[in-house]
This record gives sequence, structure tokens and C-alpha cells, in this order.
Amino acid sequence: MMLPGFPNAMPVAGLAGGLLIGLAAAIMLLGLGRIAGVSGMLARASAIADRGAPRAVALAFVIGLPVGALLVTLASSGVEQRFTASIPQLVMAGLLVGFGTRLGSGCTSGHGVCGLSRLSRRSMVATLTFMTSGFATVGLMRTFGFING
Amino acid sequence: MKVPAISLLAGLLFGAGLTVSGMADPARVRAFLDLFGAWDPTLAFVMAGAMMPMAIAWLIQKRMPKPIACDAFDLPGTSLLDARLLGGASLFGVGWGIAGLCPGPALADLAIAPFEAGIFVVAMLAGMIVHRITTK
Repeated sequence: MMLPGFPNAMPVAGLAGGLLIGLAAAIMLLGLGRIAGVSGMLARASAIADRGAPRAVALAFVIGLPVGALLVTLASSGVEQRFTASIPQLVMAGLLVGFGTRLGSGCTSGHGVCGLSRLSRRSMVATLTFMTSGFATVGLMRTFGFING
Repeated sequence: MKVPAISLLAGLLFGAGLTVSGMADPARVRAFLDLFGAWDPTLAFVMAGAMMPMAIAWLIQKRMPKPIACDAFDLPGTSLLDARLLGGASLFGVGWGIAGLCPGPALADLAIAPFEAGIFVVAMLAGMIVHRITTK
């Protein structure tokens, strides 16, 4: 389905996928009493963080992410996936995301999905901050010619 | 049901949701952040979709003495605003903008584009280790 004015947008698929993500986070909250925050779970699963979810819980969640993605890919006619970043950009971005999500205690899932729906002041500020920073970064990349078209 | 099985189910649904919603596509995520390009609002629909079950879940959570499969809720505080939160979120946003990847989609993408996602995930783990070493 198309959204008038935004030919590339996928509003229905976005909402449906979003519902699945919210359901996953609800299962984590009501079932295990935890935030489904991917950066925190990854830090625990890799034993980089000492505190947080039990390791088996974190590891199971982290393994579930690519397996879930694989199941959808196999069941569908192919998933669109376009990497725009060069290898040096991927490395720089990964370092920033890893460091930043640990320092700021969360990412799009923990602060965004879980924290905003909880009306957490901390998560609202974090989400507003990383969104503003993301908009500014892409705006600057466009200004300096890293993004064309 | 065993506790890791519940967590695996949550991970599977989360990864499936990211893929269905188009968030496993870094170009689409970056297009959401690209206000001066061909702006793609899909991510806003994903967030709206994810908010609905979670808003209900938080209402239910308030009335539950403990989670279904564990002894107690283990949830972070909601009020502290400090330099770490602001600085961390700012740096995260820069990386998110450069690659169009945040931690969830990056891990999900390991199944679909292992080379590119793998580079990002290894760098992300390295960034987490740098944080651990440099921050007390």
C-alpha cells in the first residue's frame, strides 16, 4: 500500500512489523520482567556487561534476532536490504553505536520502543537526542556530498 | 516454559518484525533520517506499531506483582538525566546516521547480509569493549 506523497514508504508493512516488535517487547516485559533492549542484551550475551539479564536469557534473545529475520526472508519473496555505507563507514558507525549505546544505556529498542511507551523521562530525552543527532548526521553527510540523489 | 525459551521467542518475533517492517534495510532507515532527501516515514509507522502492544503491556505490568516466569521485575530507572545519557545518545545517533544501522537491525541482518552486518557488529562490540575499558 502506498502513502500519498511518499512513494517509497511502507506504512502497512511498517505497522505490522512494528506490532511484532511491540509484541516481542511485551513478552519480554510480562514474561521475564525485563526491557527488550538490544544493545543491553548484546552486551550481556557477549559478557561485555557484568550486570543485566542472565546470560542464557540474553544469548537466546540475541540469537533469535537473525533467526527471526531469516525465517521471514525464507518465507517471503526476498527482503530488500541495501547497505549504503562503505566498509570504513561501517566500522566507524559500529564503533560509535557500540560505545554510544553503552554510555547512554540503550538504543532504539530499549529507549525508543520500551522507554517511550513507559513514558520514561530518561528515555524520552535519549530518544529525542539520538534522533536529532541522526537527522543532523545525515544532513551533514548530504551537505558534504556523501549522499547523492 | 523455560525462561531462555521465552527470550528466544521474543528475539524471533523481534527479528521477524524488524524484517517485515523494512527496518532491516539500512537504506530505508537512513532515508527516514534524511530530511533533505527523499524522506521515507516508514520508521515512524514501525514505532507507532510497536508502541501499541507495549503501552498495553506497561498498563498490565503495573498490576502484576511479578512477571509470569521470573521472581521479580528488573527494570531501569526512568528519571535520571545526566551527561552520560546525552553524550551516549548523541554518539549513537551519529553512528546510526552514518550506516542506517542500530543494534537490532544489525543483528537481524547477520542472517541476510553477513558480510556487511558482520563488519558493523564486530565494530559495535569493539565500541562496547572500549566503553567498558574507559568508563568506570
